[in-house]
Amino acid sequence: MAAVQETVDRVRQIDVDQYRYGFETLIESEKAPKGLSEDIVRFISAKKNEPDWMLQWRLEAYRRWLTMVEPTWARVDYPKIDFQDLYYYAAPKPKKTVGSLDEIDPEILKTYEKLGIPLREVAILEGVEPRPGEPDTPSRKIAVDAVFDSVSVATTFQAELKKAGVIFMPISEAIKHHPELVQKYLGSVVPTSDNFYATLNSAVFSDGSFVYVPPGVRCPMELSTYFRINERNTGQFERTLIIADKGSYVSYLEGCTAPQRDENQLHAAVVELVAMDDAEIKYSTVQNWYPGNSEGKGGIYNFVTKRGDCRGANSKISWTQVETGSAITWKYPSCILRGDNSRGEFYSIAISNGYQQVDSGTKMIHLGKNTSSRIISKGIAAGKSQNTYRGLVTAHRKATGARNFTACDSLLIGDQCGAHTVPYIEAKNASALFEHEATTSKISEDVLFYCIQRGLSQEEAVGLVVNGFVKDVLQQLPMEFAVEAQKLISISLEGSVG
Amino acid sequence: MAALLEVKDLQVSVADREILHGLTLTVNEGEVHAIMGPNGSGKSTLSHVIAGKPGYEVTGGQILFKGEDLLEMEPNERAAKGVFLAFQYPVEIPGVATMNFLRTALNAQRKARGEDELSTPDFLKRVREVSGSLGIPQEMLKRGVNVGFSGGEKKRNEVLQMALFQPSLCILDEMDSGLDIDALRIASEGVNALRAPNRSMVVITHYQRLLDYIVPDVVHVMSKGKVVRSGGKELALELEANGYAQYQEAAA
Amino acid sequence: MNIAVAKPDKPDTASDNFAAVSARVPGAGKVADTRRQALDTFQRIGLPHRRIEDWKYTDLRALMREVLPLAAAPEATALARAETAAKLHAIDGVRRLVLVDGVLAPDLSDLAGLEAGLSIRSLSEALQAGDDRVLSLDTADPMVALNTALMTDGVVIEVADGTTLARPLHILHITSGGAPAAMFTRSRIALGNAAVATVVESYVAGEGASAYQVHDSAVISVGDHARLDYVRIVEDAPEAFNITSAAVSVGAHAHFNAFGITTGGLVSRYQAVVTVAGSHSEVQTNGVNLLNGKQHADTTLVMNHDVPHCASREGFRAVVDDRGHSVFQGRINVRQPAQQTDAKMMTRALLLSDEAEVDNKPELEIFADDVTCGHGAAVGALDDSLLFYLRARGLPQKEAEAMLIQAFVGEAIEAIADDNLRELVTAAAVRWLEARQ
Repeated sequence: MAAVQETVDRVRQIDVDQYRYGFETLIESEKAPKGLSEDIVRFISAKKNEPDWMLQWRLEAYRRWLTMVEPTWARVDYPKIDFQDLYYYAAPKPKKTVGSLDEIDPEILKTYEKLGIPLREVAILEGVEPRPGEPDTPSRKIAVDAVFDSVSVATTFQAELKKAGVIFMPISEAIKHHPELVQKYLGSVVPTSDNFYATLNSAVFSDGSFVYVPPGVRCPMELSTYFRINERNTGQFERTLIIADKGSYVSYLEGCTAPQRDENQLHAAVVELVAMDDAEIKYSTVQNWYPGNSEGKGGIYNFVTKRGDCRGANSKISWTQVETGSAITWKYPSCILRGDNSRGEFYSIAISNGYQQVDSGTKMIHLGKNTSSRIISKGIAAGKSQNTYRGLVTAHRKATGARNFTACDSLLIGDQCGAHTVPYIEAKNASALFEHEATTSKISEDVLFYCIQRGLSQEEAVGLVVNGFVKDVLQQLPMEFAVEAQKLISISLEGSVG
Repeated sequence: MAALLEVKDLQVSVADREILHGLTLTVNEGEVHAIMGPNGSGKSTLSHVIAGKPGYEVTGGQILFKGEDLLEMEPNERAAKGVFLAFQYPVEIPGVATMNFLRTALNAQRKARGEDELSTPDFLKRVREVSGSLGIPQEMLKRGVNVGFSGGEKKRNEVLQMALFQPSLCILDEMDSGLDIDALRIASEGVNALRAPNRSMVVITHYQRLLDYIVPDVVHVMSKGKVVRSGGKELALELEANGYAQYQEAAA
Repeated sequence: MNIAVAKPDKPDTASDNFAAVSARVPGAGKVADTRRQALDTFQRIGLPHRRIEDWKYTDLRALMREVLPLAAAPEATALARAETAAKLHAIDGVRRLVLVDGVLAPDLSDLAGLEAGLSIRSLSEALQAGDDRVLSLDTADPMVALNTALMTDGVVIEVADGTTLARPLHILHITSGGAPAAMFTRSRIALGNAAVATVVESYVAGEGASAYQVHDSAVISVGDHARLDYVRIVEDAPEAFNITSAAVSVGAHAHFNAFGITTGGLVSRYQAVVTVAGSHSEVQTNGVNLLNGKQHADTTLVMNHDVPHCASREGFRAVVDDRGHSVFQGRINVRQPAQQTDAKMMTRALLLSDEAEVDNKPELEIFADDVTCGHGAAVGALDDSLLFYLRARGLPQKEAEAMLIQAFVGEAIEAIADDNLRELVTAAAVRWLEARQ
């Protein structure tokens, strides 16, 4: 009964308000004029003091973007976005040049405190302080890069990471300090021509995180980026690039929130991962952008391109996502399994409530020999939401010995929502072995009754069942995130029953 | 007595890892040999290589069967020559009725040996005789091969095939695994009924208890890919009392 | 008379065909209007290509390139050739309805002595009588539109309420031979309430027929408490095309049990939309594709559950050798009122060659919460451990493969209720396997 009690306690602790990150930080900010043009692209590049090659790269993307049309194949429905009615650059107005954390606007620091993100270099501990003089219980540290609207405001633990040889800094800094790495890898996984939103991002991205883990290094701590959209009418276009060189390992966490606003806001990020021989990247996301209110007003439009390239032999990329926020989610974290024996994983929990629309899934592209992939997707639809899993598994001619296992399960809560599964399974190699299974069901009345008879409320019982339903995926998350994610899941489903 | 099976200095690798490091073994006609050894000593590898399972690379040595080079033959040719492997884990083949499977296999073997196919009435008669003596209900033969069979039923189905095909060499790979004492007794009785002067058996097992039922003429101890000791049936009892530890050290 | 809108450098076969068909099958009123609109739809879209999502894996612009001219109505020599083919593909104990080059051939068909409650007419009769029930196919799809615009003939089968047909009906499509041409046919099979019937439909070629095009369609309705068993056998010539669309509507407490096997044709597609419109009904659709050479076969099924308490099962198996390409797209739509739906779909494919290709797209679209729905898909080669077991028991490689393949497709063939037809289909599978050895 311990697990049940734990869940009951957790449900009790949950705030009553559905979205507790909906506050706004009142600070002065500096914006580019509304709309998008070559001048705006130049403005952003100039603001960042970028070298000319970066500006040219952006301009090429912008020109290409002008020729592209928005994709319409996803099962999401929204009014046409006026791309000229957005701000493409907003930065907190600096009081002076930021040299240390103490010089960051205290309002921003407070914001991150409210969000529970430590920007001071304090160790996050699993429950208790380590006793002094006990080197065997190392404190768990998480290095954080905080992105506030368009710019990175702080990156912690830089010194310690530097000692290990790990580069973790805002991508705007990396462009200046490590141009050879950025030039080599930027756009090598998601080319500027990839898709409408990725191309837009390539033209106007303002900041994001850059990680390089040198050969043979196991990154000494979890790396994390926390994204916050604060400004009104502002698109956020961050760009993340992670390179794990031969034999290295890195675990990276990403969290996102935004204030509650009536109008929709656009978020179009690009994440590129590169894993060389024997390297491993674990990328976890808890996406909790503002989902809009109970009438479907407001919320973030989340059009994200995330792709990992298992470039080297025996490399591994694992995506774990907990998607609870955004009015619209359009995202397919994918793996290109290029290296022989490489492995891709996708673990996803996607919860939709209210009028949320989720169209998410993955692509596993098997190119190398003896590559394997695993997809575990759990979709939960409640309220009047639509929740779609869309996935591609493909084995090319030369991908001998390709293996995939896919399980996508959907749970429906209430009869006003929809759950959809759209898998594409393509085998061009006789030695490929693909297994796919999908189910859609509702929470069993018998199970609910059993729980209720044992004293749980209807909502608690649903929470219990849902936690069981998503357990396989939650287990993939680093500890701190798993607890956070579990809370979020409960909050997201509040008001969905009864 | 003539040698039926001669394994000479056999070296076998799986995925570039050598499992058998020069194994030598001779089984004469009519003899029952037991091969015992700890897990991972290469017992099952030996049985698979004799039967011709793909995935094993023979890097040295040879296997002669009735004086012929067994390694040159396809698995089905070996079966037709009289090599029978009773699998440790007999596979389930959904959609292939056991009866159909038995007839197809028997006739394929006969055809390979240049014999006439068995007529349907003759075939049915033989299956009925054999299954009757093993206590296998006809109902079981209508189902897919091993589909939904219990562990004991699967092993009995292996013995049924052994009785039907009349091979000259039976390799029993861990026949006792997953069987309770009653199932073990029934299967062993079936095997014992097949003991004959022109038929040899290689009984691979981890435990001595199977050898209470199928009493061997010779016992070999395998460790780390080699035969490290051979002796009479009393060797099995000694192993039961003292365990494999001494041999593992000796082989190392 | 067919100078019409032909563009100087690119002949417009669809328009030419339309003129030819209009001359042969006049039709009027709603029939004529629908056909004219359908022609417009087709001309607007043209042959479907991979950017049309439903045709993603079967790009007819690349595979078919063009629509051939309408086949001439069969003359005496064609009918004679067809008669030979009909004898070759005869099925015992059935009432045979033969279409030669897309036209009902009464002399080759058993139209005499119809049981009470059974009515059989030709499509052209129905069209000329303005029977708009043959029109109920959604022409949004370009190939349905093309077929609707150009359908020339076919059979209209009506089974009255409470009638049980003792003899199965066999609709036999024969392409007689001669210059490659296109046939546009449509059949309607309507079972009244509590009617019971078995229909087998097969597609064959007469001697010398090669790169012809079959453009067929079917409008099927199964009344309340009725049962229809439907078996479809595609044994077209190795160079032929067969694009068939079907719309099936199933009433309450009814059974619809369909099975399809494709071994023939170069490029084929069967696209069916099955709608369960009455409660407590059961639908089973199973199929087998056995492909080799450069064959391309696509089965696209949409299963609509509009009402509560219904069950559907889809089971589809493909065996692909050489450079064959098998496609399965299955979509289960469960609409909001369809509570207590039990819908399952399973697709499995065996790849026998490194150049073979299989694409599966099994979709679920669920809008009702109290449902049990699922799909599974598996793709792989023959199981090595099973092959080894069989070889260790004395079977040569090819025989062992054949045994496993036959078992693999046999599990789908099991679903055919009629013993005679089940054996017929099994024999077709065995023929394919034997040809492989």
